[in-house]
Amino acid sequence: MAGARIGTAPAATLEQLLAAKEIVVTCGAGGVGKTTTAAALAAMAAVHLGGNVLVLTVDPARRLADALGLEALGNVERQVDPVLFTGLGLEPRGELWAAMLDTKASWDDLIRRQAPDAATRDAILANPLYTNITGRFVQSHDYVAMERLHEVHASGRYDLIVVDTPPSRSALDLLDAPGRMTEFFAGRLIRWLTAPYRSRVFSAATRPLTHVADRILGARFLSDITEFFVLLQSLESGFVARAAEVQRVLADRRTTFCVVTTLEPAPTREAGFFVAELAERRLHLGAVVVNKALPDWICERAPTAAAEQLRRRAGEVAGELAGPTRVPAERLERVVRVIGDSYANYSVVANREAEQRAELSRTADVLVTVPLLEEPVHDLAGLLALGEQAWR
Amino acid sequence: MLFVTGKGGVGKTTIAAGLAVHAASRGKRVLVGEVDATGTLATAFECGPLAFQPRQVDDRLWAMAMNTEDSLREYLRVYTRVPLVARIGPLARTLDFVASAAPGVREILVVGKFCYEVRERHYDLVIVDAPATGHVVGHLAAPWAINELVQVGLVRDQTKWMIDILGDPARTGVVVVTTPEEMPVNETVELVGRLGAEVPVSASAVVVNRVLPELFTRDDEAVFDRLRQPAATRRLRELAGEGAERVLDAAALAVALRRSRADDLSRLDERLPPGLPLLFVPELFARADGRRVTIKVAAALGEEIS
Repeated sequence: MAGARIGTAPAATLEQLLAAKEIVVTCGAGGVGKTTTAAALAAMAAVHLGGNVLVLTVDPARRLADALGLEALGNVERQVDPVLFTGLGLEPRGELWAAMLDTKASWDDLIRRQAPDAATRDAILANPLYTNITGRFVQSHDYVAMERLHEVHASGRYDLIVVDTPPSRSALDLLDAPGRMTEFFAGRLIRWLTAPYRSRVFSAATRPLTHVADRILGARFLSDITEFFVLLQSLESGFVARAAEVQRVLADRRTTFCVVTTLEPAPTREAGFFVAELAERRLHLGAVVVNKALPDWICERAPTAAAEQLRRRAGEVAGELAGPTRVPAERLERVVRVIGDSYANYSVVANREAEQRAELSRTADVLVTVPLLEEPVHDLAGLLALGEQAWR
Repeated sequence: MLFVTGKGGVGKTTIAAGLAVHAASRGKRVLVGEVDATGTLATAFECGPLAFQPRQVDDRLWAMAMNTEDSLREYLRVYTRVPLVARIGPLARTLDFVASAAPGVREILVVGKFCYEVRERHYDLVIVDAPATGHVVGHLAAPWAINELVQVGLVRDQTKWMIDILGDPARTGVVVVTTPEEMPVNETVELVGRLGAEVPVSASAVVVNRVLPELFTRDDEAVFDRLRQPAATRRLRELAGEGAERVLDAAALAVALRRSRADDLSRLDERLPPGLPLLFVPELFARADGRRVTIKVAAALGEEIS
């Protein structure tokens, strides 16, 4: 365990980091255990740091609920039953809350809040394009995730919010979502599209354009789109202001990012990319969490040498052991060779992992490694056991 | 045409590249295209960055990276006699914008390009390194969605032939890649169920990637247990060195990992529709992904297919 923080030293553990921040955003490639890590950190914070802790998952895989004993995790935050903690002999200092981002419901809420009047609100909510856009698009998912984070943070109900991000196609998507929304409204294209349709059609300059667009997309489709954006534009000032606020919260010193990865080549590349993007945007990288790592000792010299001996001298070793173990030498030789070969296989992977971890360790003040678990996490006890590995 | 999808991190690009190499080695002319421009496909062939314009990376094997802007440009060139001057400037920007905001347009530009290659028969097989399980149905369903949304116009006409290709099981299939782990298996089962139900494109095979080797037979495992008894381990240390105990620990870890994944494998087998082929690709314990791994994966797939 690291000592107390003194002087100007940066946080040395996740415990110290989480004690100092209000928002932790976990990010990384798909399949690296982001959701589980976010939940584990939130659970640890609720137990050891106290206060109201919210884990907000935006992963459409919806797997967090199972581990937290919440049957129906939805857009509304729900408290994880304290009995689950006391049942484990724990007396948590704080409360653990959880919510899952429902993209559609969050968009509907947003429109309800931002719409200037009831007529606009209803027209937008009923527009078929709106339903399609909000329900199906990753980009809209990213924006509303950041928006929802801002909303729960501004509510003041939580001391710490741990956000699990969707597996974005690229790191940029999520971080840029608020900015893109601003650009979108400021862009000339939406102005062009939402200019009164009539004047557009009859303007000599744009007639060929409209004509071509109509031919390709179908006139009806274009006018549907136009109608939708005219409606949406009435929300512009609200959206732009919100997007700016969301971006401020992300860049605020109370917010930190936690890059989660495994040591497989592709996720590690993605993690490196993420680290670079955070630096570029002057966002705070608090920690790198390495999941599913093979044990360190596989790279050590003594077992590597022993495995080599077993492979080379399998026959000899088996001959020596046949007597004491009362196993035929031939079978023993096969087993000894398999053990040596398997070690060689795993040590290739472990060495590659050690190399990649060394590279990652140069990027963040806190680098924690969670070893490969033999069993996946199913419940709160499992989450806390995992959190325990990463915490100090 | 094969769409290769899977949960993030299961090695879907490696499998797509492996399938392409295998098919090319069997004499087929193959195009493999990456939809998410992450550059992983280029790594699999070690060929430098890929672009929209397919590039030959091996005998009978071409690779490309999808880019919706280029796809749109090609579409305009092929299907509309729009004068060049109108294609650049405001129109292109408008359509870029529409592509990024309107439902299904981006998806159809992706799927449409691959369908076009199938229709034009430039290749014998088109392999798409498709989006992950969460998004692939949205892509495959785009022509149907557009068809409903758009009443008239060129786009609507275009969706018809795409639907013909995508909906024909003799021409289009989906390969779902998974690893023997809990979440990838769950997502695979879920996706196979959604395919066919939500979009008339069905799964052709499931590839289980990174299957850990079975170290011991049951009899051998009994022998291994004896080696782990204190007296035998002590003797082993004398014979092979101080690290021998760790070597045994590592073997025990390998056995435990394999076992924990065996449950996931049997769950996968139970929940998939009978008759859907399951192909196994072993864990390769490789130093890095690249051409060497791609070739090994192709060989493993070849053995499973034959």
